[in-house]
This record gives sequence, structure tokens and C-alpha cells, in this order.
Amino acid sequence: MSIFQLFRKQRSAPMARERLQVLLAHERSSTGADLVSILREEILAAIAKHVQLDNDKVQVKMDRDEHVSILEIDVEIPLDAAMRAA
Amino acid sequence: MGKVIVVTSGKGGVGKTTSSAALGAALAQRGEKVVVVDFDVGLRNLDLVMGAERRVVYDLVNVIQGEAKLTQALIRDKRLETLFLLPASQTRDKDALTPEGVELVMAELKRVFDWVICDSPAGIERGATLAMRHADMAVVVTNPEVSSVRDSDRIIGLLDSKTLKAERGERMEKHLLLTRYDPNRAERGDMLKVEDVLEILSIPLIGIIPESMDVLRASNIGAPVTLADARSAPAMAYFDAARRLAGEVLPITIPGEKRGLFGKIFGRRAA
Repeated sequence: MSIFQLFRKQRSAPMARERLQVLLAHERSSTGADLVSILREEILAAIAKHVQLDNDKVQVKMDRDEHVSILEIDVEIPLDAAMRAA
Repeated sequence: MGKVIVVTSGKGGVGKTTSSAALGAALAQRGEKVVVVDFDVGLRNLDLVMGAERRVVYDLVNVIQGEAKLTQALIRDKRLETLFLLPASQTRDKDALTPEGVELVMAELKRVFDWVICDSPAGIERGATLAMRHADMAVVVTNPEVSSVRDSDRIIGLLDSKTLKAERGERMEKHLLLTRYDPNRAERGDMLKVEDVLEILSIPLIGIIPESMDVLRASNIGAPVTLADARSAPAMAYFDAARRLAGEVLPITIPGEKRGLFGKIFGRRAA
């Protein structure tokens, strides 16, 4: 590897190390069921108590990061269900 | 109706996952709609190699068990609009994969995608046989090394007996993808040559992927090698292999071969 390539390309091993650390930290926590997954299940269960959940109308996105994870739950609640609850 | 391809090998560590990701991305880079399916329940890695490990919400087993819709489990690649990943489950055991469930998922994927690429687990157990079950075509990943060639031969036998195509009496199209090939070592006589492997396995060659640092670098950063560095030798070899999968006829070259001017003029081609 020449000195020019050293500057041109960013080293990839530090990225591999960081990705693995984040991933394994999540996977090691209680046999695969990390906090984000638990929250996802409980939030969906709580919503299901009040609204008939249509799987097609629920979008769940997760993004686990080193310092923060993002859980995004997008639920379409039909108007009549909202009125019944009121 | 999409085409189903199984990427298989019998032996572990020869490059099934790397090749599934690279071929899937290469086809998607041609604008075709591709899904890559991880069948390695309990030891998934395709998500990591494709850089989607932080975004896995649901997986193949969730879909089979009716806990999630297929559309919810599919992860769209951040770099390629037409590339999707269906991850395997990391926690459940292999028995969660049922033949009926896999059949339903494959039927639905075939309707939506141009290509369904099934990344088989190593071995010849349930996961591997289910990954090949619905295939229209097989890519047999082989290293130029004795145990890999032997295991590939075993897998070819299974492809000809345990798949739906075989059971219907049809011929399973099988292609050899030779990976981690080092032309210099082969030339010196320290590694099986392309011709040797072809003669032993006698299935047509779809590509030769050279041993390269670029493959490790791509998996380090979490990108299929065709996306990580499209101009690298392994990426170009995967692009060619993808074109052949799509039916194009291209002469097979041994990529990344370090040749002098003399060699370039009299460039040799492998059959």
C-alpha cells in the first residue's frame, strides 16, 4: 500500500470495531431482547388494548446507535376508534 | 414473476454471504428490484455485511409465524432504492423455519421482486435445504481448496435431488462462483486452478472473484463490495457474474491478475 492510498482511503477497521461494539452491546443484553424491542412490543400491546391494530397500518422503524437508539412507531388510528375511546 | 437464486456451498466461510450481498447489490445497481433473504436462523450476518444491523425490526421467522407482515420486515438499503434485505432471526432456533411458511414467503417475494436471492447457511441441514427448495437457479460458491470443492460436490447432489425443481423432474440450473482465487498462487502450482475445479465439479462457471483486501474492507464498513468500491477487482468480477446471471454472455476473465505488458498483449482467458 502506497503512502497516497493511505491518505485517499479511510481505514475501515475502526468502523468495523465500532459497528461490532454497538451491535454486540445490544445483542448481549438479555438474550437478544434489547430495551428497544421490549418497548416496541409493550407500546404496540398498549395501543392494541384501545384500537384494533391493523398490521398494514403499523410501521415500525428502529435505529440502534452507540449513544441513542431511535424507535419510531407509526400507527394509523381510524376516526371511529378514536371516537369510541373518548 | 421474479427469479429465485440460492447462494450455497455446504462449507462455511467460503463467501456465501459476501457473494449474496454483492450479487444482490450488483443486480440492483442495474435498476432491478432485488431482495436478499438471510436463511441462517440463529447466526444471521447478512444484515451486518450489508450495513443494516441497526435497523432490523422484524425478521423472516416473525413473518412466517404471522407476527409481522412481509412489508414490515423488509429493510430497504440506504444507498440503493431497489435493494431490500429480509433478515434472519437471531434468537429462535432453526425449527421455527417451516416448509409451509417459507413457501408462502417465497411466493409473495417472487410476485414483488425481479430477483430473490437466498443466502444459505453452511451445512446440509434444514436451513440449507429450505434455502434451496424454491430456487430456479443455484450459485455454488467454492474456494480453490480441497474441502470446499468436496462440500460443493455434495451440495450439487442435494440441488439435484432435494429441490422442488428436482422433484418435478426439471433440471436445476447450477453455476460455479469461484471465490478467493489467487491467480499467482495457482500459476505457481500452489492452488487449484480454475480448470481443475471446473473439471471436478463440471458445472458452468459464472465468475471468478479474486482474493482481495477490498472484500474485507467492504464488510468492515458494512457495504456490498460492488457498492463499497465499484472499481475494485472483486466488484468488477461480481458485476460480470450478475450480468451472466441475467443471461448475458460474457467471456470469463481472471480478474486482478498482475500481468506485465507481455501478459496484457497475450492476455489469457479461462474457459
